[in-house]
Amino acid sequence: MSKNKSEYLINRKDNQYEVVIGLEVHAQVTSESKLFSTSATKFGAEPNTQVSLVDAAFPGMLPVINEFCVKQAIKTGIGLNAKINNRSVFDRKNYFYADLPQGYQISQFKDPIVGEGKVILDMPEGQKEVGIERLHLEQDAGKSIHDLDPQNTFVDLNRSGVALMEIVSKPDLRSPDEVSVYIKKLRSIMRYLGTCDGNMQEGSLRADVNVSVRTKGSKEFGTRCEIKNVNSIKFMQMAIEYEANRQVDLIEEGKSIDQETRLFDTKKNETRSMRSKEDAHDYRYFPDPDLLPLEVSDEFINKLKNDIPELPDDKKKRFIDEFKLSAYEATILVSDIDTAKYFEEVVAKMGKNRDMKLAVNWITGELFAVLNNKNLEISQSPVSAKNLAILVNLIKNGTISGKIAKTVFELMLDGDKDPQKIVEEKGLKQQSDPKAIEALIDKIINDNREKAIEYKQGKEKLFGFFVGQAMKVSGGKANPQLINEILKKKLQ
Amino acid sequence: MSDITKKSLTELVKNIKEKKLSSEEVTKAFIDRSEKSKELNAYITEDYSSALEKAKKFDQKPNLDLKLPGIPMAVKDLFCTKNIRTTAGSKILNNFVPTYESTVTQNIWNEGAILLGKLNCDEFAMGSSNETSFFGNVQNPIDENLVPGGSSGGSASAVAGQLTPITIGTDTGGSIRQPASFTGTVGLKPTYGSCSRYGIVAFASSLDQAGPMAQNVRDCALLQEIISTYDPKDSTSIDFKRNNYSKELTKNIKDKKIGIPKEYRVEGMPKEIEELWQKGIQYAKDCGAEIVDISLPHTSYALPTYYIVAPAEASSNLARYDGVKYGFRAKGENLIDMYEKTRSEGFGAEVQRRIMIGTYVLSSGYYDAYYLKAQKVRKLIKNDFDEAYKKVDAILTPSTPSSAFKIGEKKDDPVSMYLNDIFTVPVNLAGLPGISIPAGHDTRGYPLGLQIIGKAFDEQNILNIAYAMEEKINFKNKITDWWIK
Repeated sequence: MSKNKSEYLINRKDNQYEVVIGLEVHAQVTSESKLFSTSATKFGAEPNTQVSLVDAAFPGMLPVINEFCVKQAIKTGIGLNAKINNRSVFDRKNYFYADLPQGYQISQFKDPIVGEGKVILDMPEGQKEVGIERLHLEQDAGKSIHDLDPQNTFVDLNRSGVALMEIVSKPDLRSPDEVSVYIKKLRSIMRYLGTCDGNMQEGSLRADVNVSVRTKGSKEFGTRCEIKNVNSIKFMQMAIEYEANRQVDLIEEGKSIDQETRLFDTKKNETRSMRSKEDAHDYRYFPDPDLLPLEVSDEFINKLKNDIPELPDDKKKRFIDEFKLSAYEATILVSDIDTAKYFEEVVAKMGKNRDMKLAVNWITGELFAVLNNKNLEISQSPVSAKNLAILVNLIKNGTISGKIAKTVFELMLDGDKDPQKIVEEKGLKQQSDPKAIEALIDKIINDNREKAIEYKQGKEKLFGFFVGQAMKVSGGKANPQLINEILKKKLQ
Repeated sequence: MSDITKKSLTELVKNIKEKKLSSEEVTKAFIDRSEKSKELNAYITEDYSSALEKAKKFDQKPNLDLKLPGIPMAVKDLFCTKNIRTTAGSKILNNFVPTYESTVTQNIWNEGAILLGKLNCDEFAMGSSNETSFFGNVQNPIDENLVPGGSSGGSASAVAGQLTPITIGTDTGGSIRQPASFTGTVGLKPTYGSCSRYGIVAFASSLDQAGPMAQNVRDCALLQEIISTYDPKDSTSIDFKRNNYSKELTKNIKDKKIGIPKEYRVEGMPKEIEELWQKGIQYAKDCGAEIVDISLPHTSYALPTYYIVAPAEASSNLARYDGVKYGFRAKGENLIDMYEKTRSEGFGAEVQRRIMIGTYVLSSGYYDAYYLKAQKVRKLIKNDFDEAYKKVDAILTPSTPSSAFKIGEKKDDPVSMYLNDIFTVPVNLAGLPGISIPAGHDTRGYPLGLQIIGKAFDEQNILNIAYAMEEKINFKNKITDWWIK
């Protein structure tokens, strides 16, 4: 479509349009209890069993800030290379809804806990920096359940008051792919930090997507539409694609775009108007008089800084420097904290005489394929890092060939068996005795004398035939390197 | 028997500790008098039989180390009381029974007090005459058809009428001090952050404060030392060193500097209020205090500031009364219709007025001009006091610009009603402690009060000044028991 393959543009007759995207990501803070009450936050509990008097907004109940959630937000801010504000203010965002017991959501409006920061995206064509506008803490609402009864809506307040971090990006994203990488990167950082589990199925991570379009090269932003509450990366991408094209069509028709809030219908794959700017809520934000401004000292922040683990960007750099991985390999291995952990454990278990390249190939090749097929997370891997390390070492030290290793790996899947034992029990040890291989090759040449003559006359293709025969006769156990060497000598 | 209810809290405690009176005798006396005083309409909810049981139980195993050993008392119906209906004077909470206890009331029960019942008040504490209560207006024991003030009108009436030896009210803009002034009783609004707001039905969170109401300063000091505790459940509760206010009470206020703010001499103030103030100044001098003229230049902005800040917070605080979770619910066609009907039928006119004002001043486009500006003025008002306290230890003013008025007299004139709080409101805006003590009578024999305003956390000082002046004033409340037939 466009000249630069990586550039995402929408083409119409004479015009090329660029898409401008900004995200407001709502990430549920990983914490035992809610932002302003002591109720539990466990997902999937019986409805209305994790609700305190504060969460249900009983008369005279008061919010008390959960220090742990504050720490989580600050840690996330540090992970986003962002400015941590020493003073932030909780505001009330006022609106009526059945699943909002207080009649207002406690959020941070003017003075968020975290200010500007940045996130680095690893795109196929190189790195891209996405600006973070702010991160603030707020309460989640309860859940309205409309489909359990024909007449009534049920309300579950378990989620009411759970801590959320709203992470607002600058309008720096330019394509659905960038959005995907951005979300994955945010998730990765938060999972490294342990501040959000990033579980999109359970709603721990969802986003409002702001989309506008403009003719390529234009400096001005177009009118944006906000697509509310999209809860998967795929849907975000579909929604952006639909919405950008809708806006381009309007412009092409000479119509204007109304600033509005839209909903993405996942069944029809389209966005629909939810409310226009005129109908926008007046939230009447004002500082919550039940809470004092939140003040955190530099000392408090620095203490948290010391607790920050190695994050994906640094880990990637180290993997490249220390393990001589390619940027591509490193990116894959650090993208998820559990993958990185697994890899590092394999590295540690391989010991001194390790083959890094081989280990990476096994993890990103065989292991990932198995996980993919079985739809498992790496944390649920049927093969432990320890046993994979042993397997890689068996290949490295010539005990088994790469081919046999695949057979061994298959057998390891059932109950995380020790590959060493499998090799011994099944007699899969590689044949590396030159004399035995020589005898084997002599027999093959003898049995295929005509082919040996053809080879010697110049039909070099036949070399592969002899290798194949040697492997076959040895049951795949003969050391392929030795087969090569000895065959060459014998067929001269 | 009837003498029992005439006794002060301090006397009652002494009598019980000396076993001259039993808790049952005392409790029965106040119940009997309360029963005979239904015409005052001071109670919303009575809990007499349970009170008697508790009193009997107390007498069986009396713990005389407690500060309120078996003392019966009624409290304003803004405090949530476990298993006892709590209405805030509103239809919308008509059937609400909390499963929890406010910190302030818990503190009282912990010291051995026994709940008699819940006292009438303006709806959600919004009012200065107790006429906005869903449960009807309250009569002032001073005179028939006279308002007791508000919003703690039931509390003031009950103390003045001796239906309870003491009580606790709440004060957002004068709701303890103004009714105390109207009924010839003593009422203390503590420093913001002194008494926990946990479990008190909220009106305006940045201004609300619970406080004691009593027949005299000593009783008031004793109750204050019980209810004022640091409470982690209230984020605005302050952990400061609290005195044993009653123990440390002294009449020695020699050389204390007392400021007289010229801005409190408002236009149209009745002569008798000016005279009362002058008398108060003389009493203070007689006690050995030094009088200093001071200025609180932003005083005239306090009332308009208050009537932006308080309704703004109230409009948000009262959003939770939506008929969904508890309290009154009207039938509606759909969710929005149900909200509208519930809130239109559940809230009275004054509450609706303030919700409207509050919603308006917070609306986008008006926020800066009203709410934000009000917050700035509030800061200036606080600065005025900070400046003044560089020169003086306390400030003396009238409590109210007039004595109690007739029921219905100001009901349809909200501005005139709001003007009642002109001397008390600045104290709430600045978060300071203030006490109203009865200091005289007007020409009709209605009580008039003087207000002593202190530095933040300096309750002891204003209690001492009040204690010293109380002796000099030697006020006698004129209660004729007209309502007891």
